[in-house]
Formats: sequence, C-alpha cells, structure tokens
Amino acid sequence: MNAAARITPLGTTALLFEAPGALTLPTQQRIWALAREAQEWTEVREAVPGMNNLMLTLVGPPRGLQALEERLHAAWSAVRPLGLEGRTVVLPVTYGGDGGPHMADVVAHTGLSVDEIVELHSAPLYTVYALGSHPGYCYLGGMDPRIATPRRQVPVMSIPGGSVSIGGAQTGVSASPGPSGWNTIGSTDMCFFDPARDPPALLQPGDSIRFRVEKVIR
Amino acid sequence: MIEILSNAALATVQDRGREGGLRWGVGNSGAMDPLALATGNLLLGNDESAAAIEVPVFPFRVRFTVDCAFAVTGADCGATLDERPLMPWACYEARAGQVLSLGLPRAGAWRAARAYVCLAGGVDVPAVLGSRSTQLRGAFGGLEGRALRKGDVLRAAAPGRAMRRSGVGVVPPGLQMPLEAGGCAAVRVLPAAEYECYTAASRTAFWRTEWKVTPQSDRYGYRLSGEPALQSTAALEMRSHGIVPGVIQVPPSGQPIVQMRDAQPSGGYPKIGTVIEADLWRLGQAPIGSRVRFIEATWDEAVSALDELRAWLDETRSVLDLCHDIRHAA
Repeated sequence: MNAAARITPLGTTALLFEAPGALTLPTQQRIWALAREAQEWTEVREAVPGMNNLMLTLVGPPRGLQALEERLHAAWSAVRPLGLEGRTVVLPVTYGGDGGPHMADVVAHTGLSVDEIVELHSAPLYTVYALGSHPGYCYLGGMDPRIATPRRQVPVMSIPGGSVSIGGAQTGVSASPGPSGWNTIGSTDMCFFDPARDPPALLQPGDSIRFRVEKVIR
Repeated sequence: MIEILSNAALATVQDRGREGGLRWGVGNSGAMDPLALATGNLLLGNDESAAAIEVPVFPFRVRFTVDCAFAVTGADCGATLDERPLMPWACYEARAGQVLSLGLPRAGAWRAARAYVCLAGGVDVPAVLGSRSTQLRGAFGGLEGRALRKGDVLRAAAPGRAMRRSGVGVVPPGLQMPLEAGGCAAVRVLPAAEYECYTAASRTAFWRTEWKVTPQSDRYGYRLSGEPALQSTAALEMRSHGIVPGVIQVPPSGQPIVQMRDAQPSGGYPKIGTVIEADLWRLGQAPIGSRVRFIEATWDEAVSALDELRAWLDETRSVLDLCHDIRHAA
C-alpha cells in the first residue's frame, strides 16, 4: 500500500506518474483528484489521466524533474479520492464474426468458450477511468480478469470505429477507424466524439458503460 | 486561392499542432517537420505557426487562381512554376493561372521525404479545437478532416501580401545542422521508463543498429526494422498511459515504433526511449527505406538542442528581416 509511485520522463516536456498497487477505482479517483490539482500548476500544460496513472505535459522543458517529482509525491500523499457522479450509457454489441476478428485469439488465450467470454464481458457496469488513444476513446475499469488477453504481437494497421476490444486486463470501444494493438471481439454503433460539441467527447471520466449483448456470431 | 491538380495521396493541411485536447483523446497532429513549416512561414512574413500543405507523395501540382506569394520548404523536389525552376526554401510570387509542380525529392546531401507548400498569410481553413491541423483519426481540422484530393480549392489568408523579395531563401537546416552516427542519419534519444527492462545485448543493439524505416511508417508512427529484435528480460504488459510524439515503443515483436505527430496520445507498449523533441523534424523527414541510428543523449543535451533550434529560427528571422529592410530602403 505504501509502495512509492513511479515518476518517469517522456522526453523533456512530459512525464508520467504511475500509482502503485492493483488497478482499482479508488486509486483512479485519487488520480482524478491529482489531475485536477496539477492542472493548476503554472508549469503544466495539460494533466491527462490514464489507467491509475497521470501524464503531465509541460509548457517547456524544466532544468530537471526533481522539483516536479517532489511536488507530485507530496500532492499524491495528500489527495483524497474524487468521486465523479457520471451517467450510464448502454451500448448494444454484436460479438464475434467480421466485427470481432480476434475473438478466436481470446478463446485460445483464455481457454473459455465464446459464450463464456461474452457473458463475462457484458456482465459488469464499466466505469470510464480515462480518455485517450484517439478522439472520444474511453478506457474502462472493471473487466473480469478471466478474459484478460495480452496485446497483439504486432499491432494491426486499422480496426473499424465501434470495435470492442481487449488489451491486457483492459477493455474499450474504438471511436473511429485506426491502428490498434488490442484484440477486437465485437462491434457497436455510437458517435463518441463531435468537435462541435462542448465538451467534444460523449463520455467523461466517471461516466459508465454497459454492454448489452445484441447478437453473438460463433 | 489554389487548386489541387494531383490526386494528392496523403497531402494534408498542417500547422504547429493542437494542444489541450489530450484529455479527450485528441493528439497533437501538426507538421512532421515543424522547422520546415516555421521557416516557410518566416520566408513569407507569416506567423511561424500558420498552416501549410504537407506533401509526402510526389509528384504534386497546384494551380494558383489568384496572384499569391508562396514558399516551398522541406524536401528539395525540383519545384517549378510553370516551366521555371525554383530554388528550394525560397519565396516567390505566382500569378493567377501559374502551376506549381513538385517532383520526386532529390537525393542530395540532405535527402528528405516531405515538402511544405506555404502560402502568404497561411492556408485559410477553420481552426478546430485550437488548430488548423488535419486530425485524420478524428476526421476534423484541415480541409474537412481529410487528406487533400484533386479538385480541392484552398484559400491563402493574405494572398496579396508579399513580405520578402522574390527569390530570397535560406540554406535548409538539414544542411546547416546535419546529424550522423557512423555515416548514417541519426537522432538523439533519451532512455525511457522501460529501458532497463531490456537485455544488455538489446540495449547495446538499440544504439548500434542502423534501423530501417519500413513502408508501414506514416504520420502515426515510424515502424522500424533491424536485427536483432529487442528483447525484454520479462514480458511487459503495461497499463495504458499518456505518451507523446517521439516515444519509442517496443511491441513484443521487438521491432521499435517511434510515435510521430498523429500518434495516439496514450498507449501501453513498453517505452525504451524518446526521440528528443529537437530532433523530431529530422525523423519526420526520414524517407521510407532509409536508415536511422539512435544517439544516446542526456537531459541537458536535449534541452540545449531545443535552445539551438530556437536560436536558428531567431537568426533566420533576423536575416530575413534585414533583407526586407534593405529592399524597402532601396
């Protein structure tokens, strides 16, 4: 519990803060609180939550990272979980078939049947932990570890928008076509991002997603 | 206005890039060679970050439909205005009806992959979420959020303004500030979070290998290939976290991928290093099939390199302003 957070540089104008311990919602709530605080620091351009971690992009390269590291560690010890009361969006999903080309890989890795994978994947109410990857994309917490499947050996050049996929212990839905290293097991239709909206992303950290089984193609 | 005459595969409108959208999953975009973009704009008296057309595939042709000052920077493509040969990295004035043609990039002392067609006042497309850069993944910004096509028409924001003397140019930074290691083009790299997770042999190979830029390299990322494949001492499955252009990820195949301007703002593959911000323009100009080496840099070297780029741009601006003053005094 008291293991230290890890802070590493991403070049000279960004750094990554990684919380210790297992991937949990209470830790993520502290990450949200830390992001809210760090966003106010003058040297920070943007505080970007990830999965139990936080990236800070900086307005310019500091002479070194030590001062920022100390400040982050101190802020982390002090922050309390920030409960964000979001809304719930239900997404109908077609599992398997052409829209889920890597279902067989998840079956092979987990040793579970397609039906078992679908049942485990659609059971939880997933919390949006963070946005990232591409415009409107949500990283979700709460996937059953039994269907965790490593990222692909080589990322595929493009998967379609609406792809429901598993990468390691995480799951998510792509918001538009593009490259991905995750295993796609199904597909859904939803507009997750519109630059003309404010905010442009449909979902925010603290919102929830439920996957409703529309169809299973075995 | 200018009309695109080529089926311009992958040519896009780009400015310096987009900031502040990472929390929505919106990455930076922006010119792959920000130095060429800034210099082209300086040549025209534009704001350094004004939008231009980034051209990665040749030949590329446009017709001016109004008189307009322009500059072509980046790769030396043997540009012509009608039949008249133009110097690269110089500004000119086109008359309505004239055709600007860019040929294949020349293999010279500095072989580059991308040219920038800069227009007086900048390419006038609406700013979306704070930038005119094309966000291909999100299908917004630039012209309708997509690559340019034959028949597209773009407007210059100030076509009548000619700030510099026609034919005034600068020596490309690729010639002024070359960087090589053992005769191979190079970029400087800071070791990143998972560097120590690679075997000693892989860490050595990382610095010694001449990495080949594969055909699967684009604005999202440069997929490199080389032997031996990089091996970590244990399988690494990371939680998704923010990343920035320049981060070198290593998927389990052991073949590194450098994140470029359209990179996803987050990822989960382990990071062996980060190409320093000051050298991203060099990599952005590395042609497919060329080879590149990584030179280990310190934090201080990375920061100094950025200062040097800034100084180069400031000096370029002073020299151009001086030319301008002389012209007006004459």
